[in-house]
Amino acid sequence: MGRGLAILNWSLIGFWIMAIISVCSAVLMIANRNPVRSALFLVLGFMMQALLYLSMSAQFIAAVQIIVYAGAIMVLFLFVIMLLNIGSPEALRERGGLQAPAAIVLAIVFLLLLAGVGALGGSQINHLMNPSVIPNYGTVDAIGKTIFDPSKPWLFPFEATSILLLIGVVGAITLAKRRL
Amino acid sequence: MPAVPTSYYLGLSGVLFTIGMIGVLIKRNPIVIFMCIELMLNAVNLSFIASGRHFGHMAGQMMVIFVMAIAAAEVAIGLGIIVAIFRTKETINIDEINLLKY
Repeated sequence: MGRGLAILNWSLIGFWIMAIISVCSAVLMIANRNPVRSALFLVLGFMMQALLYLSMSAQFIAAVQIIVYAGAIMVLFLFVIMLLNIGSPEALRERGGLQAPAAIVLAIVFLLLLAGVGALGGSQINHLMNPSVIPNYGTVDAIGKTIFDPSKPWLFPFEATSILLLIGVVGAITLAKRRL
Repeated sequence: MPAVPTSYYLGLSGVLFTIGMIGVLIKRNPIVIFMCIELMLNAVNLSFIASGRHFGHMAGQMMVIFVMAIAAAEVAIGLGIIVAIFRTKETINIDEINLLKY
């Protein structure tokens, strides 16, 4: 694949569009004072991530991402914002001080660390450039057959997750009901 | 059609994780801090799926399913805690919720 044709690589163009939109929505989410707008930018980011999952042939995960994150978790966030009535922009005044510059410095250090790890693993990443393609990858069929296969280690975590969700339901009701 | 290299997805995942980390460090509103934690979990999910696609292994997508289930439980509990704190203290400013410090 020549350098000239790489410019017209549509999957790469799509990736860059989705990446820029998701990074911009993440930045706008933490730059906004109004939590409702933050939640809506977070929804945009979740949608973009679902599209990225689709581009990596993870169809089932993309659908679950939309249903669970953009649907259920976002409704929960907006409901609590409405319940506590903190939607007005002046409700929480962010104080100045050293916190924001320190956070930026720490974030830059963290990004440099990540880039260093990437550079150290560069020899592996270079041959990682061609993802392997297997048929039926990421379909409901493949995921169901993997998760319920007794010879694979996913069956027990699946059952444990159901108990965890039950504990979550009981805990949420207990917290909401009793006065602390 | 040539696919996007795995390293691009990993880089995007690192950038999103860092943005979420900045948000956790500088925001005062615990609900927005929760949103930032969700963003960080999503960034990790992205790298899981990218690695899973790269090696042609289903383990990446399995991990993402479990992370999503645990994130849903965590948000339900966390928002319940925030509502309970708001009922007792009438504020949710994270700087004024410092009872555990003493």
